[in-house]
Amino acid sequence: MEMSKTSPSTATKISSFVLMIIFVTLALSLTALILAINAFSYGNDVAAGYLLLIGFLGVALSTYVLFQTRRRILGLRIEMPAITTTVECRKCGFKSVREFQRGDYIFKETEPCQKCNDKMLITAIYREVKEKGREKYPP
Amino acid sequence: MNITAVMEALQNQIMQEPFGEYSWIFNLLFYVVFIVFIFYGQRIQMYVMLREVEGSLYKLKYIKDEGRKTAIETIKEIGKPQTDPTVRVDRFLEYFTIPPQSLDPAGVVWKLEHILDTRDVRFKDEVKLMAPAADKTQADNLENTLGVAMALNYIYKVIRHFYLLGKKTLSLYIIMQIQMILPLVMREAEAYASALKAFAYGQPIGDGAGALVAAKIMHGHETRKISKDNVVASVPIEGRTAYVIKAEGPGGNVGKIGDAVKTIIDENEGKIASIIMIDAAMKLEGEEVGEVAEGIGAIIGGPGVDQFKIEESILKYRIPINAVAIKEDIGDNVSPMRKEIFDAVDKSIERIKQVILERTKEGDKVIIVGVGNTTGIGQ
Repeated sequence: MEMSKTSPSTATKISSFVLMIIFVTLALSLTALILAINAFSYGNDVAAGYLLLIGFLGVALSTYVLFQTRRRILGLRIEMPAITTTVECRKCGFKSVREFQRGDYIFKETEPCQKCNDKMLITAIYREVKEKGREKYPP
Repeated sequence: MNITAVMEALQNQIMQEPFGEYSWIFNLLFYVVFIVFIFYGQRIQMYVMLREVEGSLYKLKYIKDEGRKTAIETIKEIGKPQTDPTVRVDRFLEYFTIPPQSLDPAGVVWKLEHILDTRDVRFKDEVKLMAPAADKTQADNLENTLGVAMALNYIYKVIRHFYLLGKKTLSLYIIMQIQMILPLVMREAEAYASALKAFAYGQPIGDGAGALVAAKIMHGHETRKISKDNVVASVPIEGRTAYVIKAEGPGGNVGKIGDAVKTIIDENEGKIASIIMIDAAMKLEGEEVGEVAEGIGAIIGGPGVDQFKIEESILKYRIPINAVAIKEDIGDNVSPMRKEIFDAVDKSIERIKQVILERTKEGDKVIIVGVGNTTGIGQ
């Protein structure tokens, strides 16, 4: 059973129409940049400057929209955290940590111990959260 | 021709005569924008707010649909129904409960209890019909999964209502009030979203911290059923007898703690030296997850019936009541238990022992109540 996978849905797909507009803008912007280089070579500095400006603006805008769309889609997904189960042998103290399996619960007797063959007990089920950096606040 | 020369040419053009003879167009444009913002500024702001609510509504819809899908999949997987449960699940998600009339508040608790009991029986029957092959633990977890899906459905519908109402009336105040509380609503919805899988798989959740404390204390001792969905074990602690109460696990249960406490007090004819309750409590921003705090009073959430019953029972015999709280936020409360909360359980047990030593004498009887949803926690 996969616990840490994200669930796909139609809501998590980027609209092909939006993608098309982004890529058309990107293509036009790149064309403007190429034309700007051409204009330089012909000595038309002013036209080259404007084309350069338009090209860079277009590239920046389409890249921004693309990343924003991706960020929105990623924000929609429900991340399932990895849950660990700790199994312990009360007799010999042997301890093992594994991924959570459906049916696990705290104080459930499970498979025999690998060392002493006594029944093992689930002693902990939890998830570990990695803090994204502590926020600063007055003490 | 190098870049510096081009930049210089551009700069000269802009500095000398920006946009040449067409500069009046830009001046005019500036004034038009200025006037538009004077008259339509609020409306633009409203559209921005509506857009923000719309974005959150998309997310809420996605979460709500995931909830419904998870519930249906879990029912199919565990319950092995003969027919497709989708229609029944959809009907279940629209269930509502009408709280009793409180114009005359006398006796409202008992009326509320009756309504809640009726709802509980109805839910259990529905789950049995939807998932005939599920055992008690699985049925309890399924009931919780459906409860979460129902809550998500309700949140989505309320936000959608205000969004559409705001769009229809174009009232800034309708839109503003929903936009202002949106971050908190989204936080709650996201917390419920993570609770879905926890209940579906039967994982312990943050709310179960109190139940886990009781489970750890009573583990290895004989338990007996007491009142509806509760268990009690008599455990010797520091020369005292502790009656440890928790909801019966590992299914998703909160039990009727109020009835259980009353039964133990009555069985002992009120000769209880102290009651110690442990529950997960909402932390304030800035507090650490898993912080343990101590206080006085019946620490128990829910609609208030159990708190009322406990307070009534202790008042009769003047029994002192102590509370131990394990701090966590709304997200941690309904999502799979964090390690910090799990570690706080042992600290809470130490606090309980300290309270027992300080507040009672040897030979006394005490009641320890572990409050919370006991999904994924045995005894």
